[in-house]
Amino acid sequence: MTTHTAGASTRHPGLNLGEPHEEAHSANEELVFGFWVFMMSDFIIFGLLFATYVTMLGGTAGGPGPSDLLEMKGAFIETMLLLASSFTFGMASLSLKYHQGTAKLIGWLVVTLLLGLGFLAHELKDFHTMISEGGYPSRSGYLSAFFSLVPLHGLHVAGACLWMLAIFGQMAVHRIDTQVKTGLTRLAILWHFLDIVWIVIFSLVYLGGLT
Amino acid sequence: MTDESSFLLGRLGWDALPFWDMIQNPTRESIINGIIASGAAGMVVLGALAAAALITWYGKWKVLWCDWLTSVDHKKIGIMFIVIALLMLLRAVIEAAFMRAQQAFGLGGGFLSPEHYGQLFTTHGTIMIFFMAMPFLTGLINFVMPLQIGARDLSFPVLNSVSFGLTAAGAALMMISLVLAPFSTGGWTGYPPFTELQANPGPGVDYWIWGVTLSTLSSTFSGINFAVTIYKKRAPGMTLMRMPLFCWTALCTSILMIFGMPPLTVATGLLALDRYLDFHMFTADLGGNMMNYINLFWAFGHPEVYILILPAFGVFSEVFSTFSGKRLYGYTALVIATMAIAVLSFTVWLHHFFTMGQSAHINAVFGIATMLIGIPTGVKIFDWMLTMYRGRVRLTVPMVYAVGFLILFSIGGLSGIILATPSIDYQIHNSLFLVAHFHNMLIPGLLFGMLAGYTYWFSKAFGFQLDARWGYRAAWSWIVGFMLAFFPLYALGLLGMPRRTVAFFDPVYLPWTIAAGLGALIILYAIVCLMAQLWVSIKRRDALATPGGDPWDGRSLEWDTPSPVPEYNFPVLPQVNSHDAFYRQKCDGAPHESPARYEPITIPKNTAMGVIIGVSGTAVGFGLTWHMWWLALAFSAVALVAMIARGFARNTTWTLDAEAIERQQRAWAHQLEQFEPITRQWEQSEANRGVPVPPNEGAIQ
Amino acid sequence: MRAHESNAQDTQTLDQNTDQNTQAQQRGHDDEDLARERQRDFRSYGWGLFLSLVLTLIPFGVAAFVPLPSIAHWIIIGECAVVQIIVHFRFFLHISFSRNTREDLQLILFTVLIITILAGGTLWILFDLYYRMMPGMAP
Ligand code: HEM
Ligand SMILES: [Cu+2]
Repeated sequence: MTTHTAGASTRHPGLNLGEPHEEAHSANEELVFGFWVFMMSDFIIFGLLFATYVTMLGGTAGGPGPSDLLEMKGAFIETMLLLASSFTFGMASLSLKYHQGTAKLIGWLVVTLLLGLGFLAHELKDFHTMISEGGYPSRSGYLSAFFSLVPLHGLHVAGACLWMLAIFGQMAVHRIDTQVKTGLTRLAILWHFLDIVWIVIFSLVYLGGLT
Repeated sequence: MTDESSFLLGRLGWDALPFWDMIQNPTRESIINGIIASGAAGMVVLGALAAAALITWYGKWKVLWCDWLTSVDHKKIGIMFIVIALLMLLRAVIEAAFMRAQQAFGLGGGFLSPEHYGQLFTTHGTIMIFFMAMPFLTGLINFVMPLQIGARDLSFPVLNSVSFGLTAAGAALMMISLVLAPFSTGGWTGYPPFTELQANPGPGVDYWIWGVTLSTLSSTFSGINFAVTIYKKRAPGMTLMRMPLFCWTALCTSILMIFGMPPLTVATGLLALDRYLDFHMFTADLGGNMMNYINLFWAFGHPEVYILILPAFGVFSEVFSTFSGKRLYGYTALVIATMAIAVLSFTVWLHHFFTMGQSAHINAVFGIATMLIGIPTGVKIFDWMLTMYRGRVRLTVPMVYAVGFLILFSIGGLSGIILATPSIDYQIHNSLFLVAHFHNMLIPGLLFGMLAGYTYWFSKAFGFQLDARWGYRAAWSWIVGFMLAFFPLYALGLLGMPRRTVAFFDPVYLPWTIAAGLGALIILYAIVCLMAQLWVSIKRRDALATPGGDPWDGRSLEWDTPSPVPEYNFPVLPQVNSHDAFYRQKCDGAPHESPARYEPITIPKNTAMGVIIGVSGTAVGFGLTWHMWWLALAFSAVALVAMIARGFARNTTWTLDAEAIERQQRAWAHQLEQFEPITRQWEQSEANRGVPVPPNEGAIQ
Repeated sequence: MRAHESNAQDTQTLDQNTDQNTQAQQRGHDDEDLARERQRDFRSYGWGLFLSLVLTLIPFGVAAFVPLPSIAHWIIIGECAVVQIIVHFRFFLHISFSRNTREDLQLILFTVLIITILAGGTLWILFDLYYRMMPGMAP
């Protein structure tokens, strides 16, 4: 299966590091595939929460509904932050793949991390506003559904940020060795995956609820 | 529950002890129930103490830690899974016997309180599904599948150990709940609003939620691990269509685990949010919708029953083929049927709540989809029968289970078709007819399959066979006991007796409940036989030893190894050229080919990750159940730190040098020459050293 | 789009020198292949960003500024979301129809099938139940 053109030796989803990183590249074949399967399992969780959310739209129990609480501006800013972070993570992956130097790799990763944290901060602020306006989860079935879906995504983002910090730690101790590379490859997949989930959130929850 | 909750102990108080109620307000009922519950708790405590004392006495703590708990070897983890399964089987069968006894004396009251009976069917159901069946099949797949595909381990050995830790944690919570009671009374399905805070503020439902959640996480990880292993780790030449059927069923079960467990995670997760953070997902008021829980639960529940049954189908396929001395009939049809079942099982979940009130056309669609599953299942039954047809069938112990399965499972399947008709289901829903049906699938299907697999592969794990005489006794008692215990329930169901009833007032039921009670006694005897079998076999392990590794004249690659199997499984990865790979080697006259040169083998090092996650899982679950927030937080932190620290670990493998491997293999080859090969006639006798006569001299197929 | 492409070009020339020493280690690799691959990778992310931006701006813009009946809004939003998801899979996660990644594609399609069955079934069942028993829950 090993061919000599680098592009042909795609072994797994996400960016393949290719032959210059032979060890990480072949370790990734199983690791990333396994992680990918895990992501698919996670997709089912989100899929069911989305369906549940739709079925709970009517359960406002006289409390505030989507059009009373949700805000287009906040969702837009969060969307942009997350999209930008997906792109910057892509740049980080490329600097890893093409040996563009540790500084550049870490630079892109730090930018990504900041964008992710920015997303979280903004989302928390949104939740805070919602809650202070009477949109807290125990108010109604609808709000419970909202708060079991959107913060779960946020929790995933927080987990991904933590993972990135852990990888920074590994870099400090072990430099950019095979495990760091495979870790980054999987983290990249998680990051892009979370962006995909967010597409559904902003479309269904925010835009769908506001129009 | 105490009213005020303290920082240290949360809401845990003296009243959690099983005899507290009996002392506080002694009535006849509370005393009887208190004694039974305290007896159970006493057995847990004494059992744990006795185990610890024995380990100390024999000085085995180090062995336990180094060779088992921290091991990442798929064979050891598989065995530990099965140990949990057998222990939990014992507990759940005893509980079942109490329930049957209650109903045998239940006319007008019986001896158990409704509360106690409710806990019994809840723990029985929960344990049988999540802590008996799931660990059993996970353990078997763990042990057998890598050997059958010619791999050295699973793709993610450490994750495997973590999976084990999580299951063990859930099982530990179940056992702790006997001592620090009570458990939930909401049934294994835990439907709200009964399980919501308003109706059930106590810790019971929380025990259930966390026990089940730990098991769910474990199964999701196991599923991923198995699927990736089958995709990526097959030996050279082992194409998918050359895999033994057990591996196919393992693959389909893993896919069902990956996609079927998430709905349960969602259901129990949302229920937990309702209970802990005052959400209103499933509450009766404020816009909650309890019907969605039922929907989500069964979106998991139906794939789950196929998770349970498919590996058993795999075991039976191996057993029928081996003990008929024939290649499996209709291999391709069986593969297609397995996959069809896996996909179809996602399209039928509504048949568990036909009576919830949706329109007739929806019921019809799901009813028809349900009946469709009968088709691939029927295909399988015929394939197994045709495998035996014109074979030289040997009625060994696994084969007795298999033949019992074939007949009884067909009966259960037919009662399933009856239940799949919505109009009939309206009559017998929630009656004992249903209980009879699903036990008819689960005992002859799942449980016989697991026990057949346990008997079939035992010698591979430990190097000696299980005693056949006690094996026959157990198998026949299971078959007879099952029939006597559950066929009466069909009648009771049709007579209108509801499930989950503690007592009844219609004397018409009595003869049937007494018959079922006798059946339960025979099942208890079967359990005793299984224990006696294990005891006797261990005593006679030298006489029953099969170090040759191939006691049944086997066909697939696991029999190509010595028993017990060395840590690295295969000195060199086998080259596979056909279906029934090992049998083919034997036919060609060259089993156990030894290579010209041995290579060193890299093996993953032991790790405490599984133990750490297991202990943290137990502590977090326990803390959340009793509202000891500090405990839950502290151990969540421990688990998190452990996972991060694991990321820093390097040098996680060691290398076994080629000379050591060569020495071991030479010694084995030398041993093989000394043993007298036996014909199939003697395979269950002490003459069996694990070396069959070559195919062209022995029984011709 | 032009902007992104030239951007990628820039980065590439910039790094030509830093790559020099690592290239020595690359077995069986000629520079041209690598350069071409790098260009393709960069372009992939560039396209991904560009298309996603467009597909985000359209639904937000339409929802905020263009008065249309709700149903038209939902169709536009839904379609943009589906296309954007495909864009992310294609350009950020590099899933394609090429032979090597077929397994992943099959896995995604299977997941989509299961989600469709489970989520679609959930909606079908629950809205039917609302219609018959809890009209208040139907939005
Ligand atoms: C070994 C012999 C067994 C006996 C005598 C037995 C007996 C019983 C009884 C008496 C009940 C309560 C019926 C009622 O609702 O009134 C029950 C429920 C149940 N059993 Fe068994 N059982 C056995 C084995 C199994 C096995 C092997 C499984 C699964 C692997 C199983 C799974 C269940 C489940 C899921 C329930 C429903 C619990 C609930 O209502 O929530 N049982 N069984
Ligand atoms: Cu079902």
